[in-house]
Amino acid sequence: MSASLTAGRLVRVLATLALALIAALALGVAVGPAGLALADVWDALVGGAEPVVRDIVLRVRLPRVLLAAGVGASLATAGAAFQALLRNPLADPFILGVSGGAALGAIFVIALGASVGLGASAAPPAAFVGAIVAVLLLLAAAGPRGRLDATRLLLIGVVFNALASALIVFLASLAGLAEGSRIFLYLIGNLSDARPALAGWVGAFLALGLAGLLPLARALNALALGDDSAALLGFEPARVKLALLLTTSLLVGAAVAVAGLVGFVGLIVPHALRLLIGADHRLLLPASALGGACFLVLCDALARTALGGPELPVGAITALVGGPLFLVLLRRRDWALR
Amino acid sequence: MNAQPQALALDDVRIAPAGRVVLTGASLSLAFGEVLVLAGRNGAGKTTLLRIATGLLAPDVGQVLLEGRPLAAHARREVARSLALVAQDSSVPFPFTVEEIVLLGRAPHLRGFGFESREDRRIAGACMERLGIGALAQRSILELSGGERQLAMIARALAQTPRILLLDEPVAHLDLAHRLALEELLRALAHEGKAVLLVSHDLAGAARVADRIALLAGGRIVACGAAREVLHADLMREVFGVDALLVETSEGPVVVPRRAG
Repeated sequence: MSASLTAGRLVRVLATLALALIAALALGVAVGPAGLALADVWDALVGGAEPVVRDIVLRVRLPRVLLAAGVGASLATAGAAFQALLRNPLADPFILGVSGGAALGAIFVIALGASVGLGASAAPPAAFVGAIVAVLLLLAAAGPRGRLDATRLLLIGVVFNALASALIVFLASLAGLAEGSRIFLYLIGNLSDARPALAGWVGAFLALGLAGLLPLARALNALALGDDSAALLGFEPARVKLALLLTTSLLVGAAVAVAGLVGFVGLIVPHALRLLIGADHRLLLPASALGGACFLVLCDALARTALGGPELPVGAITALVGGPLFLVLLRRRDWALR
Repeated sequence: MNAQPQALALDDVRIAPAGRVVLTGASLSLAFGEVLVLAGRNGAGKTTLLRIATGLLAPDVGQVLLEGRPLAAHARREVARSLALVAQDSSVPFPFTVEEIVLLGRAPHLRGFGFESREDRRIAGACMERLGIGALAQRSILELSGGERQLAMIARALAQTPRILLLDEPVAHLDLAHRLALEELLRALAHEGKAVLLVSHDLAGAARVADRIALLAGGRIVACGAAREVLHADLMREVFGVDALLVETSEGPVVVPRRAG
């Protein structure tokens, strides 16, 4: 039983999750084709260890787990924000078509950009642009007065996802087979391209997104009562929702650009956390960032080791882990509330 | 009690969204220290009137005065400290506890990321006790019955410490005992000097609780006065289109509807 939020409780919960994340990161660095002892990992991090081990830890594993952490944090935070926006605990950016828009932007650059001199590093900004375009289309389709009715948005999102998928397949066909396999990985979601620059992009977008979202946390709580009630508690629902759409498309854009369409993180992590720590967004948003990071680091560790040799796309793991877990949580919803 | 200053006044309000006239020439004033019940047919525009009275909708014509000043001149936070609304829809999608919901009423008094103070918690606790839901404080709002949720929403509105309280059909989900308790609470709030406006279909309850009853029909207030002045057969036919038998009881007049013709 947890009482309502105080600064002390916020710190205790976030510190616990931060410790869990550190443990997950250590595990993520230690496991892989060449299994490492945690002591070796520590030695490498502080500058000791053999050069081979140091290279594996610092050049391969660390960028990879940090990328996983950044993508997981971005997706889970964006999921929590979208659920508040739509007043629906089962909503997420994928349903809204924002991820589809982001993927389309990224794939546009990957498939066609090379011929005009754009490398893959242009993918994150392109994905962000794609997410923003998806958001603007959503706003335009939502109605002339900018009233963001959840049901309408969901339906528009479904249509937009279908359109984005069609365009992605079209681009994949144009790009030919070589680029086509890359597009397949994008569509299922993977972290195999873990260049430090990409982790940097994700980290920057995550920081911006959290900076935009956290001040809105109380407004998100009020929005749970409905737009009118939130307005009569002194908030500006239309402005808050616009800010939500922009910050979450930042988060989704970065994550999709570097990892593709990794599903379930934005759905499962906030949902599980609500059961554990309650629904207050002042705690739920930062907890989702930490919990999402933890979740995807662990899923990625599993993806790299499950088959012993070749690695699975992490999106397959999140779907396989997240899907059944989500169904179990749904069944437990009646009794497992805090 | 009408010597008190005006809490809320709608002056000659007209609104016709998409060309359909909902209100036209609607005027209504609410004084501090009184309970005013607004009644009318389904779709007569009662909820629209509440939305205009709270600034959620701007009227096409006419104006609304909140404590003597045009409503449009108030910032949202300012409105939220003066006026609270218990809306008809009390659904909440996430597992907030009752206490968390009631603490949301303190929102207009907080800033930024804003943790609630000890005083905010004391106020929320007192409001829950007043509605008789103190024992539910740590329960998830999703586990409650419709009536319990309604009580939590009323406690939330009280936690705003408003001078004006508006309620949109608050008794809809309440059993008889809770209806009576709510009526007593509303009387007590008026006695404390607050202005209470209540939209209700329950005319018997209205006769017990209201200082005045206003009837909305044809887009305007067709009658407004004490229960005995307003609840009579001619007006019941005009407003609700039913023949009605008025039965005098010790609790005030009771309207017994009969099939017209």
